[in-house]
Amino acid sequence: MRLINRRPSRPVAVLLAALPFVLIVIAYMIGSDLRLAANPQDKLLPAPSTIWDTAVRLFTEPDKRSGRILLWADTGASLRRLALGVGIAAAISLSLGVLIGLLPYARRLLSGFVAVISMVPPLALLPILFIVFGLGEVSKVVLIVIGITPFLTRDLSQRVLDIPHEEIVKAQTLGASTLVIALRVVLPQILPRLISAIRLALGSAWLFLIAAEAVAADVGLGYRIFLVRRYLAMDVILTYVLWITFLAFVIDWALKRLSGKAFPWMGAGL
Amino acid sequence: MSFVTVRDVWKSYDGRPILERVNVDVEEGEFISIVGASGCGKSTFLRLLLADELPSRGAIRIEQGHRAMEPNQERGVVFQRYSVFPHMTVRDNIVAAESFGTRSGWFFGKRLRGARERADETLARIGLSHVADNYPATLSGGMQQRLAIGQALTAQPRILLLDEPFGALDPGTRLAMHDFLTELRARTKMTVFMVTHDLTEGFKLGDRVLVFDKPRWDPHDPGAYGATITYDFDARDEGIPFQTIKEKTHVPVSA
Ligand SMILES: Nc1ncnc2c1ncn2[C@@H]1O[C@H](COP(=O)(O)OP(=O)(O)OP(=O)(O)O)[C@@H](O)[C@H]1O
Ligand SMILES: [Mg+2]
Repeated sequence: MRLINRRPSRPVAVLLAALPFVLIVIAYMIGSDLRLAANPQDKLLPAPSTIWDTAVRLFTEPDKRSGRILLWADTGASLRRLALGVGIAAAISLSLGVLIGLLPYARRLLSGFVAVISMVPPLALLPILFIVFGLGEVSKVVLIVIGITPFLTRDLSQRVLDIPHEEIVKAQTLGASTLVIALRVVLPQILPRLISAIRLALGSAWLFLIAAEAVAADVGLGYRIFLVRRYLAMDVILTYVLWITFLAFVIDWALKRLSGKAFPWMGAGL
Repeated sequence: MSFVTVRDVWKSYDGRPILERVNVDVEEGEFISIVGASGCGKSTFLRLLLADELPSRGAIRIEQGHRAMEPNQERGVVFQRYSVFPHMTVRDNIVAAESFGTRSGWFFGKRLRGARERADETLARIGLSHVADNYPATLSGGMQQRLAIGQALTAQPRILLLDEPFGALDPGTRLAMHDFLTELRARTKMTVFMVTHDLTEGFKLGDRVLVFDKPRWDPHDPGAYGATITYDFDARDEGIPFQTIKEKTHVPVSA
């Protein structure tokens, strides 16, 4: 039988999916063991048990000075920035995408501009943002917005253009105005695309968030990681990294569920 | 005075003529079938009637009205595909045919209930009651086209344009759709233009069959001349295709 036609059975499939994770954990454990055997004070690869103890402490024990559990405070602050940034970017790109995709005048005016803007590396703008908006929340949110809006806009305007011309003509023969076409034909069909585009952009959004927090913040997941780096607190960093990964995964999964539930007409199209 | 008047219409894309000197008069209630070789400009002609595109020269008028600059409620259309809205249920697709003409595009409260009731009557008539709450993607091709036709007629256009509406259907479904369309037309007395690749279908359904072809042909440059209506058959009386030629042809018999 050809390799392309061989399919794993269910248990084998589960095993295969778990394998890379298991391998990486084993590799880490071996590395950690070797280093700790050579030097019990080694901080670079803390033992899994140490990480676990640290994680429990981080999730449950309040900070002595502020009385807050720092990890939750960091998580709350970071998720708020992320939600604001992504939400604002989604609103802007949805409006721009519909305008560019639907109106030839807006297309002429904006599509070249957006294409050029999307080439600007957002992180290079970070100093400017700090100067203009200060070191507070605004600059971090704005970085996320600037970072992902061009991508979202280009993707969405293309999706609008992909709507069959027949549908737009049909709507016109039913007497629909431009506004009605935008609101009742284009927008509902674009929303599931928006969600899949956001899922793609979330990776960048996290990147911009953590970068901004690393440079200037007093709370946030990225801030904490870069703060404890000074003490080489690998157990804390690793806990935070795993936590961020988990959060990103849950958000992605939730968005996927949402688009499946909210847009039943898409069928298996997502 | 005829109902639809097409006067000396030319259409070219990028300087390449597709249609030239198209003239035709259509009476109200006539069913016009349009046939011709693939790529000769039948869909282009339909888009001109639809005002989705404008003629390079000449004019198309309904009842001596203004030349339309864009598609409007006077012209209904059904394409081979993509003629219904995939994100609306079958019932909402029919309701949309009424509500799209309003300012916001939505109906609320009493108006919505009224439109829904009328939509359910329409669906019963076109045999789609049992799938009223389904999305179009779950419907068969024939059902989707029935829905598209029902939707187009709900908006009460003055002319109905069909571009190979049954082109993607299997022969059995096609026959059922012929009966459906014939019955619908008997009731609405709609003026219809239908492009088809199936001559039998054209003669069976149409009162007239227009044949598009290139009257002039340059062997060194096949794109040099556009197509026009070369034959205009009377297709009534069971559509026996060797009927009298009603109008003068634009070609010498030898061509
Ligand atoms: N928007 C356009 N721009 C340039 N050329 C076009 C455009 N639309 C159609 N054409 C050309 O016009 C010619 C006629 O196209 P049209 O779609 O009207 O043919 P048709 O008779 O409907 O063919 P078919 O039977 O295959 O549907 C084709 O050669 C096509 O390439
Ligand atoms: Mg065609």
